[in-house]
Amino acid sequence: MKETFTISIFTENAPGLLHRVTTVFTKRKLNIESITASESEIQGIHRYTIVVISTRVLAETVVNQLEKQVEILKAFLHTDKEIVYQEIALYKVPSESLMKEKGVEKIVRDHHARILTMEKEFVIIEKTGHKHETQELYERLEPYGILEFVRSGRVAITKPMKKLSEYLSEMETKYKS
Amino acid sequence: MEEKEISGSEAVIKSLIQENVDVLFGYVGGAIMPIYDALYDYQDKLKHVLTRHEQGAVHAAQGYARITGRIGVCFATSGPGATNLITGLADAQLDSTPLVCITGQVHSALLGSDAFQEQDIISISMPVTKWNFQVTKASEITLAIAKAFYIANSGRPGPVLIDITKDAQFELTEFHYEKCVKLRSYFPYPVVNNELITQAAELINHAEKPLILAGHGVLLSKAEKELFRFAEKAGLPVACTLLGLSAFPTEHELYTGMLGMHGNVGPNIKTNEADLLIAVGMRFDDRVTSDLRRYARQAKVIHIEIDKSEINKNVKADIAINGDACEVLNRLTETIEQKAHHTWLEEFKQCDKQEYDNVIRNQLYPEVESIRMGEVIRNISEKTNGEAVIVTDVGQHQMISARYYKFKSPNSFITSGGLGTMGFGLPASLGAKMGAPDKNVIAVIGDGGFQMTIQELGTFLQTKLPVKIVILNNNFLGMVRQWQEMFFNKRYSYTEMVNPDFVAISKGYSIMAKRVSKREELDHALNEMLEYKGTYVLEVKVEQEENVLPMVPAGESVSNIRMK
Repeated sequence: MKETFTISIFTENAPGLLHRVTTVFTKRKLNIESITASESEIQGIHRYTIVVISTRVLAETVVNQLEKQVEILKAFLHTDKEIVYQEIALYKVPSESLMKEKGVEKIVRDHHARILTMEKEFVIIEKTGHKHETQELYERLEPYGILEFVRSGRVAITKPMKKLSEYLSEMETKYKS
Repeated sequence: MEEKEISGSEAVIKSLIQENVDVLFGYVGGAIMPIYDALYDYQDKLKHVLTRHEQGAVHAAQGYARITGRIGVCFATSGPGATNLITGLADAQLDSTPLVCITGQVHSALLGSDAFQEQDIISISMPVTKWNFQVTKASEITLAIAKAFYIANSGRPGPVLIDITKDAQFELTEFHYEKCVKLRSYFPYPVVNNELITQAAELINHAEKPLILAGHGVLLSKAEKELFRFAEKAGLPVACTLLGLSAFPTEHELYTGMLGMHGNVGPNIKTNEADLLIAVGMRFDDRVTSDLRRYARQAKVIHIEIDKSEINKNVKADIAINGDACEVLNRLTETIEQKAHHTWLEEFKQCDKQEYDNVIRNQLYPEVESIRMGEVIRNISEKTNGEAVIVTDVGQHQMISARYYKFKSPNSFITSGGLGTMGFGLPASLGAKMGAPDKNVIAVIGDGGFQMTIQELGTFLQTKLPVKIVILNNNFLGMVRQWQEMFFNKRYSYTEMVNPDFVAISKGYSIMAKRVSKREELDHALNEMLEYKGTYVLEVKVEQEENVLPMVPAGESVSNIRMK
């Protein structure tokens, strides 16, 4: 049975590493639904958050093969229940629709979105949430004309209280040089 | 006093010397010329073998690495030089062979501009290397090479590629070399869990029908003696994978033969009757397991493997011991009880008899007119007392060599397993001989594979390495022809070969050569070849449409091994 998995990967910050990461997915023809990468809480260690829809067996194999890569420190596999996650979406709508029709303002408020900037010709609205929530707002704004829309990949934080640094010192005891 | 600065190129050469490299293989070209220029001054310390194609260089480096257990080093230029390495890198990746390949690259200012002979070799080689890195500054060279050598031969070995731009080769830098012994993101040596050793020993002590599956990992970890003691203490039958061959002496009473598609009947059938499989340094490749859904479902599995990602990948292990074969086997041997499994072992002997009567006798002592591959290998085996190093190419001759050579010394079979690379044999035998000049290296190659890297005869001409090259010529791409016969209604689609005169070609390279097509000539020709002091090519015309049997057809259960 396929389900949604979030894979968190902690890596060295080396050029070409993204390619090495994606190679592991390509090899198994596993499509990446979304990907986000940035520096983690430890300086110099980057964190990739990758969402896939896969069977558990396949996802576990991929995580094992990711961890095998020399410059990957650790990779974790999580179901949606084990993490808190968010995505951010930005919507660009014509200013006149906002001026003319009161509805847009209400929609923004109802969806706990916020207006980032208001220019003469357009307004940029920001909404953070799960995909279905940002999608819902998209659908509500659509009749007013959406000039541009972008949604980020998922960022996720795990619920267990263990820090990455603890995992890393644990690795020191499981392996010798 | 200020340190004298040297060029990046000289730093490359000095780094290799620091890593105790004394032999390397390569092919010069524009983007690696500064490194070759630096090499010119170090010819007394570093012996470079100029192959005739970069594929030849990388396979030769593999042959060298496989026989010595040391890192095979290889140089190539940018663009086509680098892309020609890919097959060898892929082969080394699948067969866990430690390599460090150094490629030249265009000037860093030209990167990404589609400059002459520019290719993004870092991206291209990503899936076929354990690690790779592009150097654009001379000051990065020593650290990159130190990491490369550490990564290539630690844990599960593999190929590494370092790409160095031309400006970094010219640039001046200070030289301080420090070997790399640790990387914070890389954990090559797992600490063996004591609890698992106890549990595994418990399973072994209670097993009635145990079987050891010994793979390449035993050889890589130099654990042949440990395997021997382990097997002997508990009377455990041993089967080897293709790459595990020679990890256990073939004449030993506990040895049951080779696993897999063209392996022996006993180990294949008994895999599905055993109550315990002890897999050591092997990865349950599909050529070993065939249909996984019908593979050893009745057996408990102990999997001893250094590469964690191989555990539970194909076959679920009841006890997975992530560790080095040598260490794990040692500790298991201390823990297990002394035992014997006579009745169980007897069952293998019955299978052997069946196989001998139905297949082997007709291979080793054929009564047909034409020479058969099996009898050639038997003859070579007898004449060399099972002590030669056999290097093969890929195909029927490879399986016949694996089946019928009676390996006595460890690590004496070098073949392309995982990737199945035709063209591997000739250059790999050259590298093997470089690595083990005192050993009798015999290359067994088919007529198809021989022509894939035939140009390396030129390298033999130049190095004068006394490898004995046996071409088993059936004028067919024999293994594919066999499949066409068995599974494609005998439709021989493009498998028949019109071959050149191999003897004349060899002689053109000033290499001693002979052809035999009659049985009565074979014995003498083999003697002459083995006694000859230089390189020797012996072409043996063998039966055209001979099949390698037994066979587990792809997708079938290992129990359904066919003898006809």
